[in-house]
Amino acid sequence: MSPTPYLVLSVILFSIGAAGVLTRRNALVAFMCVELMLNAGNLAFVTFARMHGNLDGQMVAFFVMVVAAAEVVVGLAIIVTIFRTRRSASVDDASLLKL
Amino acid sequence: MGEEVLFWVMSPFAVLGALGLVFARKAVHGALSLAVTMITLAVFYIAQEAPFLGVVQVVVYTGAIMMLFLFVIMLVGVESSDSRVETIRGQRGSAALAVLGVVLLLTTVTVRATLPDEPTGMAQATPDGNVAGIADLIFGTYVWAFEVVAALLITAAVGAMTLTHRERIFHRPSQRDQAIRRFREGRPEDAAGLPVPGVYARHNAVDTPALLPDGTPSEASINRVLVARGAARSSEEFSHRPTPGDIEAGTSETLSSAEGADQPEGETDEPAAAAPELGGDDDATGGERA
Repeated sequence: MSPTPYLVLSVILFSIGAAGVLTRRNALVAFMCVELMLNAGNLAFVTFARMHGNLDGQMVAFFVMVVAAAEVVVGLAIIVTIFRTRRSASVDDASLLKL
Repeated sequence: MGEEVLFWVMSPFAVLGALGLVFARKAVHGALSLAVTMITLAVFYIAQEAPFLGVVQVVVYTGAIMMLFLFVIMLVGVESSDSRVETIRGQRGSAALAVLGVVLLLTTVTVRATLPDEPTGMAQATPDGNVAGIADLIFGTYVWAFEVVAALLITAAVGAMTLTHRERIFHRPSQRDQAIRRFREGRPEDAAGLPVPGVYARHNAVDTPALLPDGTPSEASINRVLVARGAARSSEEFSHRPTPGDIEAGTSETLSSAEGADQPEGETDEPAAAAPELGGDDDATGGERA
């Protein structure tokens, strides 16, 4: 099967994730949209790895997954901390640094 | 052929899940639709000769990361949802426009690029199978990156613990402190702790108040929060004491059997409410029950 449909699907998922990051203001949902973008990137990596018959693309996807796991741990801890002090998970409410 | 069928069946689910994440009002629904998308992606990985990544996708992403998200949603509040008011004017319109532009650009690039009709496939690269090939790479070429990533994971775990750790500002009141406080506040009758909730033959839970010696339910024996939520039950429902009227009318065997079951507890816990006072007590309870 040609790699093009996979790549187009990856593009669509990536763009939907970007739209979510741009429009949603619940920090958790925005964060999940970032995860969706990472996953779309992984799909492209796996597709290209198969296209070239080279395992390195799969390795990169694997490392992306590991880094995403670390990112989620720290990001969720930050969201929980902000929620504790401000009683809100909206990205609009964390605006103390705004001039 | 089979792979194409699989792709065209599964890819709508992936896109629908992603759209559900963006358009769901509640974060929980978004998390569940994202889980759908991730599972379909795992299927695509397996279909594209990456079984190791497919399994890792299910275990790590849908298993661990999405559950972590659900836990945090639970902490933050399941009801947390966005308000629909736009804080920046025209933000949604311009975001949609930009995203449409990105889709058009990248799709054009991928469609017009000269890609092979059939991928090379992994057979040449992984003669011993996918997992063995990945293991060779992880512990060979990429061993340094692997070590660094391990350090990153540990740092992330420590960071999460420091971020969510809460220092106790006051020391936790001990039993002795609580007893002293009760005396200071002029409630020596509670010095030994509050009374326990009611124990009845047919019901034994914290939502039912105990009966005082005079047969009235004790306010102090159930949690204030339960009362405020309206979750407390009436103790009359379960404290069934037959009145002389009931017995004369022979209303039921069940009444007397319930009384029998109640009896030992009534004697130990509420001695004053037992037989001698029945005459005085009856009118009140009978009236209330009616």
